[in-house]
This record gives sequence, C-alpha cells and structure tokens, in this order.
Amino acid sequence: MSIPHDHPPMTAAEPLTAGRDIHVHFARRSLLGRSAPAARALNGVDLDVFRGETVGLVGESGCGKSTLGRVMLLLQKVTSGRVIFQNRDVAGLDRRELRKVRPHMQLVHQDPYSSFDPRKPVGFSLREPLDIHEIGDPHSRTQLVQRLIAEVGLNERHLDRFPHELSGGQLQRVSIARAFALNPKLIVLDEAVSALDVSVRAQILNLLVRLRAEHDSSYLFISHDLGVVRHIAQRVVVMYLGRVMEVAPKEQFFSGPAHPYSQALLSAVPIANPVLERRRERIVLAGELPDPDKPVSGCPFNPRCFVRAALGNPDKCTTQTPVLHQIASGHTVACHFADAAQAGAEQLTRIGAVQP
Amino acid sequence: MTANGSGAALEVSDLVVQIQTSSGVIQPVNAVNFAVQPGETLCIVGESGCGKSTTALAVMRLLADQARITGGSVRLAGRELLTLNSREMEDVRGKEIGMIFQNPMSSLNPVLTIGDQIGEALSRHTGLRRQDVIDRTLEVLSTVGLPMTRRRLGAYPHQLSGGMRQRVMIAMALSCNPSVLIADEPTTALDVTIQAQILELLREQAADRDMALVLVTHDLGVVAQIADRVAVMYSGRVVEEGPVDDLFARPAHPYTRGLLQCVPNVAGPTAETLYAIPGEPPEMRAGAAGCPFEPRCSARVARCKTDDPALEVIDGARRSHRAACWSKQTTPLVAGRPTDYTADGSGSKQL
Repeated sequence: MSIPHDHPPMTAAEPLTAGRDIHVHFARRSLLGRSAPAARALNGVDLDVFRGETVGLVGESGCGKSTLGRVMLLLQKVTSGRVIFQNRDVAGLDRRELRKVRPHMQLVHQDPYSSFDPRKPVGFSLREPLDIHEIGDPHSRTQLVQRLIAEVGLNERHLDRFPHELSGGQLQRVSIARAFALNPKLIVLDEAVSALDVSVRAQILNLLVRLRAEHDSSYLFISHDLGVVRHIAQRVVVMYLGRVMEVAPKEQFFSGPAHPYSQALLSAVPIANPVLERRRERIVLAGELPDPDKPVSGCPFNPRCFVRAALGNPDKCTTQTPVLHQIASGHTVACHFADAAQAGAEQLTRIGAVQP
Repeated sequence: MTANGSGAALEVSDLVVQIQTSSGVIQPVNAVNFAVQPGETLCIVGESGCGKSTTALAVMRLLADQARITGGSVRLAGRELLTLNSREMEDVRGKEIGMIFQNPMSSLNPVLTIGDQIGEALSRHTGLRRQDVIDRTLEVLSTVGLPMTRRRLGAYPHQLSGGMRQRVMIAMALSCNPSVLIADEPTTALDVTIQAQILELLREQAADRDMALVLVTHDLGVVAQIADRVAVMYSGRVVEEGPVDDLFARPAHPYTRGLLQCVPNVAGPTAETLYAIPGEPPEMRAGAAGCPFEPRCSARVARCKTDDPALEVIDGARRSHRAACWSKQTTPLVAGRPTDYTADGSGSKQL
C-alpha cells in the first residue's frame, strides 16, 4: 500500500477514519486539591485507517495506544484535534448524532468476562445492539443472532449460557460476534487475543481474519504482541509516550524498522526458535519508560536511545522534537537520524544472519 | 549435562497434587517428573490450567490448604523435602530455594521498605549482624542492576516501576545464595523491553552462581531465549521433555508440535492461516483413562483412548529427549511454518 502519511491529499485513497493532531490531556488534582500538571496521554497523533485494512497499533504500556483507540471510537473526548470518519468531522457531535455514527464502529476488549453482563445469557447481550438500533423486526433479529453465533463457530445452545459458563475463548468468540452484529465499518480490537492461551489464540486470529474479509470491515488492532501484529496487520503504527514514532507497511516494518525505538522493541521480542535466538543480536535498552508526568524535551525516546549515544549525543535530539517524515512509500518515521538508525539495523541483521 | 542422573540440584519424581472441590477430586499435577542440574535452566511450559504453577508451588510446599501432595518425591541435592516438617521447610525456603512470582506488587509487602524486605530474608536465614545485612542488601541490589544508596533502601514498593520491583524480587530471592531458583512467569507482567533485561539478568545470575533455574512460562519465545532444557506440560503431566534445540527442531508430541506451530513470530517464514489446535484444554479430573490430549490430537491411534502413555525415549533421538505419546513424531517440523528453521535464508533479512 503506498499511502503518503504527511498531509495526504484527500483524493484517491481516502481513509475510512483518521485522527489529526490529536491531543488528550488528563487534568489531575493532587491529594490536597491543588491542580497538578496534566497527564499527556496523546501528544499530537495522526492516524489513518483505510477501508478494508488492518492497522496494528503497537507500543508498551502507557504509550497511549488504548487511549487512541478510544478516541477513534469517540469514547474519549479529545483535548484538541480532529477525528474524521467517512469524510466527516465527528469529534464534536452531539449525542443524537453520535448515536447514528456509533453502529459503524465497535470495540472488542481484552477480557470478555468484564465486557458481558454476568446476569444475562450471552444471547441477550448479543441481541441487544440489534434491539437498540432496531435492526429489522424481532423475528429477523432472532435469525440474525443465530447466524452471528454460527459465524463465530458456536451454536444456538451457547446463546442460553451465562458468561461464566463459557471458556475465555468461547466468550471472546461471542464478543466478536457482538462487535460484528451491526456490520460496522471499523472495529477496534484492544488486546483482544492477549488473554487467550496460544492454542486458542490461533483459532481466534484465524476467525478475525476471515470475518474481516467477509464483512469488508477495517481493524485497528491494538496489541503489545508484535508476532500477532505481524500475522494480522497490513500496516504497523508504533507509539511511544503519546506520540507516533513510525508508520510502515508490515513487510518493511519487520524487515527494516527505521526508528531506533521500533528496532529495540522488535529485537526485544523473543522468537520461538532457540537457534535464531542464539544467533540474534539483541538491543537491550537501558532504563525504563520515563515518567510521562515529566516531559522529555526534544525526542521523547532520547534518554534511552542507543543510536543517539552511538552518534555522540547530538544536541538536536534534546532540542527539537522530530516530526513524522516520509522515508519510503508509505513509510514514515519521527527520528532526526533515521538514516543512521537504518544503517545500524542493517549491520545488526548481517550479524544476525551469520550461519551457525 | 545429564538429564536425570544423580547430582541434580532439584529432582522431582512422580509428583501428584490433588485438590478437593465441591464437585469431586481434581488432580492438577499428575505424576510429574523432572530434574535440573546446577547451572542449568529448565523451562516448564504449558497453557493455563496445565498444572505448571501448581507444580512450582508444590516443590516449595506453598500450596493452598485445599490442595495436597498425595504422592511422589521432591529432592533438593538428594535430600527429600516432602517429609520435612514446616520448621525445617522454612529453613529451606528462601535460603536453599528462592522463588519469584509473576506479580511483584502482590508479593512485596506494600508497607515495608525494600531494605527491610530483603534484610528480613537475610537475617532470618544467615544471622548476620544489622550492618552486615545492610551491606549485603546493597550488594545484592547492585548485582541485579539496582545500585542504591543506603538512604534509598527506605523506598517502598509503590515508588518503584514494575521492572524495578521485579529486580527487587530477584534480589530477595538471590540474597541467600540459593542453589535453586524457581521463577513463575517472572516477565509476563512486564513490557518486552523490560522483559529482555530481566531474562538477561536471570540467565547471567544462574550462570555466575551455578544455580539451577526453573522458569515456568506460557511463552515459547521466552523458552527459546533462556532454556537449556524444556518440559512441556498438558493436563497435569509432562508430555515431552528434552534439550531445547531438540525439542524445538523435532518435537515428538503432537501437542508440542501444535503449540510451536500456532505461535506467530516476528521473524522467519509466515503462513497465511495460522495452524490452530482444535478444541480447548480439558477440565482436570482424577482417574480419567487414556491420553488427555487424545480428543484434540490429529495423530491419535486406537489405544490413546484407553492407555495412558508414559514418558519414554524417542526413536532416533537423544536419550535425554522423551515424550509421552503412542504415536511419537520423528520428523522435523514442516517447512513454511513459523517455527521451522531447517530451511534458512528467509530469516536472514529479519532483525
């Protein structure tokens, strides 16, 4: 996919949904009621999701990926910025208008047990969106519920069960059925397979791939698991401390990540292959995620950046915040020294490729 | 490194744990066997409910009241632990066997300072004087990558990040120089960049101290990164056990093969559709006949339903590689699968 990211001309390929310069700051008060500096969850984020694609949104805890997902679903108010859905600015809609947009966007959570009413059979919860939005007549809704449950590999008997009577995998299938009930354009999957065991996770991933194609929906797939993202996404968006660090088509991302943070992240993920593991050159980052309350000047990654260190700590990293710029078709990165970083990564892959 | 011979730092044989529930007796650990040599890292891997954590707790004799060890033996350097009284066991725990858990926040006492918590273990087990305890605490904290000043020993757990707390847990576990360290999902709650640091630290410490490390995990990537040997558990049993390279290259048990194939990796070949093991892990019951994996198994034969297979050496494999299966597989994993690494080249462009 060749989509220029910076200020895309709204012509050929228009995104299904887009976030533009999104800021979300959470105001806080200290224990004594004094106002404390706001927590900056998102700091000027741009995001596009095109029709029919799966965007993998990755980053470590606290990077703002879930907040961004909630913003795209209009569940989180923005401090500033625009959310465009099907060519319409939807960030400031009132409740009545929102209700018309909402059926087109759905959410699947990590923990299905906390996203179902424990006192209602799951069939009730599956039918509820159809009732609320008055899809067809009651009889056709019953039929639709039966079709949905079959689509996710369960059967009518499961409809009468309560959430606690289903396994985690089965209940996650029901949440996916519920998310697809209104035939949405966009589904945000927030760590939707992270709580599942690997054998069940593979089943659910295959199900998600099939349903997306059949319904022609788009996914914003939020995950900390890069292996899963590599399997399901077409494009990858990397976030760090409330900013987007890199956007790249999947193949380019996994073969040549350009941002030092992306490189470190990727190299930290263990590969289920002991021979490759031993051969691999791993970048072990020093330090931990900085405190989001104490903003870092310049590039947010600079205190942990190994490329900056290798370049002799240039001032630019601490004085100027890098913006996303294009380095290849559809591949943008927010790093002053992306060239050097990529050259370094190539060296790393060469070392990694030495035969045993 | 021998698989089972004497000289093992920790040897578990035929361990059985039963839990009395309102709906009958269940057996989360069903005749589990494994041994770890000094300096060796054994990973126990399996999905939730397979009994891997219960096994770890049983070794430490830290099971909840409803659970009982009903058979088998646990030997620490040849010494039986299951017959010790609770006082004697307390002397073993923390001193000879260290343990770290998944969630450091719930295993650290929130109202005690870091210094007090590490110092408590030290003074309990070593009888060092106060000043020596402080010196030793600072020393062990700096070994785990948390150089602290004496004043900062007064920090409370909530003032530390998740990665730092896990380092404190490791420092506590290492403070008395145990010969065995049991780590139950030590990095599961951590971000990957921090996980990489912690695994590095564990590996380094195990090597430096010639300590046996038993690491319980569900993550095959972690196993590939740190293990010398692997024990795969399913439904309360070890279904396959062997050196990490052998087990990943030529997994003999259909469950191990399935597990390895359904993990999407960040490098290596990809498949359009992920391999998925059909069905879900079974409920655990005592006394069920046959192989527990039989209902989900693609390689099952007639006797799988009735006869329970024992861990046995695999034809054509090293003696230390064993599997409990009536139709053991002997071929390498199929090319094109994410875990295949016999055909190389495709992985060379990956970071």
